[in-house]
Amino acid sequence: MIPNDTPTSQVPSRPLDSQARPGNPAAVGPRPGTPVVGAPQESTTSVWPLWEVFVRSSRGLSHVHAGSLHAPDAAMALRNARDLYTRRNEGVSIWVVPADAIAASDPDAKGSFFESPQGKDYRHATYYTKSEGVKHL
Amino acid sequence: MASQNLQPVPEALSPEEQERAAQLEAEGQAYFDRVMADDSRIEPKDWMPAAYRKTLLRQISQHAHSEIIGMQPEANWISRAPSLKRKAILMAKVQDEAGHGLYLYSAAETLGQSRDKMTDDLIAGKARYSSIFNYPALTWADMGAIGWLVDGAAICNQVPLCRASYGPYGRAMVRICKEESFHQRQGFEILLELSNGTPAQKQMAQDAVNRWYAPALMMFGPPDDDSPNSKQSMAWNIKRFSNDELRSRFVGMMVEQVRVLGLTLPDSEVRFNDETRKWEHGPLDWEEFKEVLAGRGPCNAQRLERRREAHDDGAWVREAAAAYAAKQARKHAEKEYAA
Repeated sequence: MIPNDTPTSQVPSRPLDSQARPGNPAAVGPRPGTPVVGAPQESTTSVWPLWEVFVRSSRGLSHVHAGSLHAPDAAMALRNARDLYTRRNEGVSIWVVPADAIAASDPDAKGSFFESPQGKDYRHATYYTKSEGVKHL
Repeated sequence: MASQNLQPVPEALSPEEQERAAQLEAEGQAYFDRVMADDSRIEPKDWMPAAYRKTLLRQISQHAHSEIIGMQPEANWISRAPSLKRKAILMAKVQDEAGHGLYLYSAAETLGQSRDKMTDDLIAGKARYSSIFNYPALTWADMGAIGWLVDGAAICNQVPLCRASYGPYGRAMVRICKEESFHQRQGFEILLELSNGTPAQKQMAQDAVNRWYAPALMMFGPPDDDSPNSKQSMAWNIKRFSNDELRSRFVGMMVEQVRVLGLTLPDSEVRFNDETRKWEHGPLDWEEFKEVLAGRGPCNAQRLERRREAHDDGAWVREAAAAYAAKQARKHAEKEYAA
């Protein structure tokens, strides 16, 4: 016998599941004017947009990038973000941002783009060494 | 975004353009080599060698698939958990595995492959996942042995991956490792309680440890002299320790912990080698490992069928959510227009 760990009460209920059921759009067919989202059989996966998730871990701190996820809209993105990134009280507030709304600096231009602060050590307190040992300075 | 990097260079390039492309390639390689030498991190939009991208994509997607398939042996026991507390714990654990799968799919996507494509590959049986999940969880004690041995081995493997040279992978692993330690401890606790229970319960715990021990050791992958990709992965700072090194460390930890459990490891050849300062174990059945990886393990068919079924059953939910989003967007647009 092939070993199996599926409980008998959960033995696949295929025939039932493939039947029409309330709320199954595939069963009733699309309503007129409903946008067609993914062909029913081969690619049931319509590509949901990517969202970047930012979580504020506690009041007084900034939102920090936690990761990303796919969701059809902002409301679902927020719910998914809550389930995915705050299962252990990691946050008190969440932002979700469509990934393609983010403008990023060009990685190939990293040299020239961030050139300006180079050689400007005088912008740091550590540049000024003569005051060493002087209190409260 | 990142997928643009994957587009092949168009054929009809003028000599100047070809020269420029070659120059960019050389600059990219030089930058990449510097990052590797400094043990720094590569980020999604950085130039990277095609083989590095391919290796990472394969490893991260297989890792994601393992988390997703790994939900099954335990999900199958939720309805039969012995108490409400254990049921709640098991559900939290299975939910974590789903989360881990999603973190990893996100990391893989930054390399230019869509999650939908990865899902399709898994369902079509074209993608691999860890061989361990093709063994059946036969008794409640298996929930303990899976947590203690399987998640324990996973942690051993994954802690060094937090320092993997690819930024998104390392960050996903940091998050995962934090959550995994709960998994291992809850498994240990299940075994400890059974071990201190009736003789039959203790026997059940020992039986589960006996069955999961060897498959857990094989999770570290083939022996070093039979692991062709390891060397390159280590040169790329993806992998930090060899398969045998990690396996040996894991055995050492289990030797200590099994004593606390009051159980034994089903391996009479476990010993500490004073010369090499490493733990050694008895021979493992690598033929079995290859068979399971090739799809001929005890539960391969069952696992894939279940995944396919869940995907098909969820289709109407995905479609409804997308339709609702489109409807809301249209309503919103109409309101804007009217205003």
